Amino acid sequence: MALIRSSSPHLHKMNQTGHVMRLVLMATLPGMAAMTFFFGWGTLINVIWASLLAVGFEAAILKWRNRPVGFVLRDYSALVTAVLLGLALPPFAAWWVTLVGVFVAIVIAKHLYGGLGQNPFNPAMVAYALLLISFPVEMTRWTVPFVMIDAESSWSVLSLFDTLSLIFGSIDSALIDNYTGATPLDALRHRGGLTTEEAWRQVPVLADGIGAWHAVSAAYVMGGVFLLYRKVFTWHAPVAMLGSLTVLSTLFFIVQPDYFADPFFHLTVGGTMLGAFFIATDPVSSATSNKGKIYFGIGIGALIFVIRTWGGYPDAIAFAVLLMNLTAPFIDQYTQPRTYGHAKANRGMKGDA
Amino acid sequence: MSSVHSFHGGIHPPENKRQSNGAPIQAAPIPAKLVLPLSQHIGAPAEPLVKVGDRVLKGQVIAEPIGRISVSLHAPTSGTISMIGPQPVPHASGMEANCIVIETDGQDEWIEHSGLEDYKSLSKQELIGYIRNYGIAGMGGAGFPTDVKLHLGDDHIVNTLIINAAECEPYITADDLLIRERSDQILGGIEVIAHLLNPSHILIGIEDNKPQAIRALEDTVRGSRLNIDVVVVPTKYPSGGEKQLIKLLTGVEVPSGRIPADVGIVCQNVGTASAIFRAVHQGEPLISRVVTITGDAVNQRHNLEVLIGTQYSELLDASSVRRDDLYRLVMGGPMMGFTMNNEAIPVVKTTNCIIAATHEEMPPAPPAMNCIRCGMCEQVCPAELLPQQLHWFAKGKEYEKAKHHNLFDCIECGACSYVCPSNIPLVQYYRNAKAEIRQEEVEKQKAEYARQRFEARQARLEQEKIEKELRRKARAEQAAKAQASKKDSVAAKPAASTDDPKALKTAAAVARTKLKKAQKAFEQAKDASADNLPELEAAFKAAEQKANDAQTKLENAEKGVTSAASGAPDIKALKTAAAVARTKLKKAQTALKSAEEKGQDGIEALRETVKTLDAKSEAAQKAYDDAQSAPAQVEPVVDIKQLKTAAAVARTKLKQAEKALAKAQESGEGDIAELEAKVKEQQAKVESTQQAFEAAESGGTAAATPIVDLAPLKEEMEKALAKVEKADAAAKNAEEKGLPAAEKMKAGVEKLRGKYEEAKQAYESAQQSSAPSAPAIDLAPLKEDMDKALAKVEKAEAAAKNAEEKGLPAAEKMKAGVEKLRGKYEEAKQAYEAAQHSSASNAPVVDLAPLKEDMEKALAKVEKADAAAKNAEEKGLPTAEKMKAGVEKLRGKYEEAKQAYDAALNASAPTVPAANLDALKADMDSARSKVEKAAAAAKNAEEKGLPTAEKMKAGVEKLRGKYEEAKQAYVAAGGTVEAAQPDTLTID
Repeated sequence: MALIRSSSPHLHKMNQTGHVMRLVLMATLPGMAAMTFFFGWGTLINVIWASLLAVGFEAAILKWRNRPVGFVLRDYSALVTAVLLGLALPPFAAWWVTLVGVFVAIVIAKHLYGGLGQNPFNPAMVAYALLLISFPVEMTRWTVPFVMIDAESSWSVLSLFDTLSLIFGSIDSALIDNYTGATPLDALRHRGGLTTEEAWRQVPVLADGIGAWHAVSAAYVMGGVFLLYRKVFTWHAPVAMLGSLTVLSTLFFIVQPDYFADPFFHLTVGGTMLGAFFIATDPVSSATSNKGKIYFGIGIGALIFVIRTWGGYPDAIAFAVLLMNLTAPFIDQYTQPRTYGHAKANRGMKGDA
Repeated sequence: MSSVHSFHGGIHPPENKRQSNGAPIQAAPIPAKLVLPLSQHIGAPAEPLVKVGDRVLKGQVIAEPIGRISVSLHAPTSGTISMIGPQPVPHASGMEANCIVIETDGQDEWIEHSGLEDYKSLSKQELIGYIRNYGIAGMGGAGFPTDVKLHLGDDHIVNTLIINAAECEPYITADDLLIRERSDQILGGIEVIAHLLNPSHILIGIEDNKPQAIRALEDTVRGSRLNIDVVVVPTKYPSGGEKQLIKLLTGVEVPSGRIPADVGIVCQNVGTASAIFRAVHQGEPLISRVVTITGDAVNQRHNLEVLIGTQYSELLDASSVRRDDLYRLVMGGPMMGFTMNNEAIPVVKTTNCIIAATHEEMPPAPPAMNCIRCGMCEQVCPAELLPQQLHWFAKGKEYEKAKHHNLFDCIECGACSYVCPSNIPLVQYYRNAKAEIRQEEVEKQKAEYARQRFEARQARLEQEKIEKELRRKARAEQAAKAQASKKDSVAAKPAASTDDPKALKTAAAVARTKLKKAQKAFEQAKDASADNLPELEAAFKAAEQKANDAQTKLENAEKGVTSAASGAPDIKALKTAAAVARTKLKKAQTALKSAEEKGQDGIEALRETVKTLDAKSEAAQKAYDDAQSAPAQVEPVVDIKQLKTAAAVARTKLKQAEKALAKAQESGEGDIAELEAKVKEQQAKVESTQQAFEAAESGGTAAATPIVDLAPLKEEMEKALAKVEKADAAAKNAEEKGLPAAEKMKAGVEKLRGKYEEAKQAYESAQQSSAPSAPAIDLAPLKEDMDKALAKVEKAEAAAKNAEEKGLPAAEKMKAGVEKLRGKYEEAKQAYEAAQHSSASNAPVVDLAPLKEDMEKALAKVEKADAAAKNAEEKGLPTAEKMKAGVEKLRGKYEEAKQAYDAALNASAPTVPAANLDALKADMDSARSKVEKAAAAAKNAEEKGLPTAEKMKAGVEKLRGKYEEAKQAYVAAGGTVEAAQPDTLTID
């Protein structure tokens, strides 16, 4: 047998990108389960529908770009994008909303920039932001958790068939009215003249339904911790993001508790945990170095608080992440680690050292 | 016990060490052939000391170190040298390099050897030299000559000695086994190193996956008087990297671009320590080492004591290799080793492991995917780099950014590639980028050198240009002065001026062409049976005459038969004449054509042609006359310039030769006699060229003007004096030293002195000649000049001969110089004789004829122009005013010419001027023919009743007057022909 000639190292950890992505997919399972449990089949249907679309779009555009379809599809990155988008969408989002979203995410936000690894923005968040701006009605119509629908019944979510017909068929306004409502963030935002304390007592979604969001957030944290443990990402970005959000909201809450929401609320409702562990940790569009990831996370946390409190949109993960995606290259320039044997780290594009 | 620090990153690849660390070290069989690369270390390859066919004994030196960073090479066993030449060597590129090949004889016969009894009695230098001569280079991987590192104690304070026993690469167990079995040797080696470096603290760093080795080391070290600590570090790749181990054991980082000794640390490998022990205590050079043979493709995975130069195939055979399964052959570890595609590659001093891997064991890397910037590489990088960023930069060839991201701090450990989920061959990218950057830097360096060279050259050229310009100006000034002085001394007639044979030639050619055209026109007209044939014929004849004239003049000019006459060199005028002639020519052609077309009606046009041709011939005549009046003097400047350059070159050469001689004398090396001869030769050359130059210079000036510019002469004199003194000193010096060249040098001094005397004389004479400043010419200096010129000619001739005999390249030039000098001499002689004559008659010899001619021509021009102007005025042409102004100008010129003529006439009054009879006669004849022609033309015109007939008649009258004048002049000159000097001067 002819001896091969190759460059060192001759050993490789059997650690494929596909493997990493599969771990991420696995880590979303608890959150997905919790969402399905509390908000019904809609989430599951969205995720599956988005996944199918994502694979389809990815394959089509790969073929169009003359790239090896099977080889690239096996990196699972399109699936991760689809799942994250599916989880972020309202559970009863119509099929075409998901379709538009996945198209934007895969074709525009990812492949038009050169495919995996080349996209400056998180594809799922680009799609989410676009949908939120374009279809505000559909995107703000969140499902009410089952606990608020019928306290007597054990699990009174809309049936699978009804959900399917709602998503893929015509919109039945009676069903919509029955099963949808404001999210806690919405509720607290549009509480009229009520103080936060009054809102907590009087608004049903805050008084009765908040537990669902807490549970879902807890499920995402579980997934995140799992990924941390498997060293899929480092702690820097999520911890920095949650930290800055906590610090800011605490400060404001202490000063004016009547007006501002408490930090626990900020951490446990909306997409905070999903954003912290699955969006902010997206390696492609985030800052590179550990130090950079900290700045990146802090930026996201601060923006989330600002947009939630004073901005025009109820949830702010997508905008915060996209804005920080913009700054990532800049952050990279100023957060090089100090290399072994160097007194200090290099900064800027080039030159100083 | 030292505390253990940590370094950033690192990986935990499968260790795969158990396969090979079970069995003790065995001696590998002595192979039939050993291949010993001359370069097994970092630095210059060793130089072979043996020839093909020599028998060598085990331990015998077969190659010696060259340069500071190099080590010697020894025969690993006894045998015969069968070849010295290129063989495949262990290198990532698979290249070949020079090797010594030994056919072993199996006797393994040792050369007589013994260790040092007490190495501490030796000086450190001696001991280090001893280690160097025993061929010891770092055995950890890089192969840095050990003696160089041991010198570090000289200029660095080494407080920590680190012995690297980490062996962090997977698979390798050579150091592990070595420690287990030979820890006493290692300790012995450490003692020697410690003696040389005198560290305050010795740390042995070893990974915790080698418990038996750790125990062995601790047991051995316990008995040592040295301050040795065995530091167990956690198993993590690459803890055995020098910088990483230093960080682990001391917490200190080696600054980027520096060596550990800069922070007081020296690292040595355990294998090196053992080799030092064997060299110092047993007298055994580094001829064998422990090599791990492992991998799934061999059945026996073990450590062998292998002779350096053993080929891999031997070792694989000794380990029961299954060649069918062998897929990848790696020298070194799997992380940083490189693949071999040839089993004939030999074991060298740095070969610690050979991995015969199967396909399953080390499969080819999966195809690389896009980087997703996951940052896993960053987490494992022991140098704390951003591998993914470096990858982007390397891929995009953004090398500046790569450098800014500290690409050159990458140790190429391969940890990033190992963990990369996209299977990107990162290390390969970095190696490539580094190589490209290095290449770029080399190119930049080259470009910089080229730029500097270019700028230096530009500056030099600029300087030369300026100098040239200055020289040229000086010459021009001198020439102007000479001119001015000559004007003073030779009354009305400036003598020296340049001749322009080229312009003459052109004019002659133009005239010839014109003639041909006229002839053609004439013939064609004849064919067309035109009425105006006689006119045409006359015109043709006139053109012929002019052409002949022109030719004669040209020939005369070429022969140098031009008398000294007035007028500046009129190249411009000649050019203008040529241009005018050309224009006329065109007109004639047009006329001719129209005549052909109109047949009988073309009389007017043909008449025009006649006129044109007439005018043309006038113009041509003017050109020739101008050329005729141009003086015969040769411009001395050109020759002098050449000669001066030759002299300068010769001087430079002499200086070089002298320098070489002085150097040789000082150092007492080399063939002094030869050098001296060379100096002599150069001196002679310098003298001859200098003489030639001076002769040319003084000759030229002498011929041109008796008044010499004193400054350069004085300078020459002083220079000559300085030379004499210098030469004298040199000769004395030579004499004192009793050199054989002394005599010769003395002769040279004498010569130089002679030269000086000459220069002095020249100066003095020049001073004298310039002193009287009388308009009358002092004959003495002229004679002196002449004599001097003669002497110069002779000298130059001698020099030229000398040069020719010696076959010098300047000989040809010198000959030419001699010829020129001879010309000068002739001139000087003539000048002298002329002066003699003129002094007899107390008046300079003036040639009146050309002056007169000038005057007449000017007058003719004035009249013609006047007529033209009047004509124009009558017709009310707008150019009339301009023409009038031109007439005024021409009249002024005429006045000048007349004055010059009158002055010359007055000056030559007492004696009849020496006129050129021939020229006068030619003038007369030409005038006569003109008259005849004009008369014929006028008659013709009259017969035809043309309106121009009257004018033409007047022209005929004028011409007749001119003819009369010419006749008179000729007659007048005819009486004094015998008294006149022949005005011939050979120019070349």
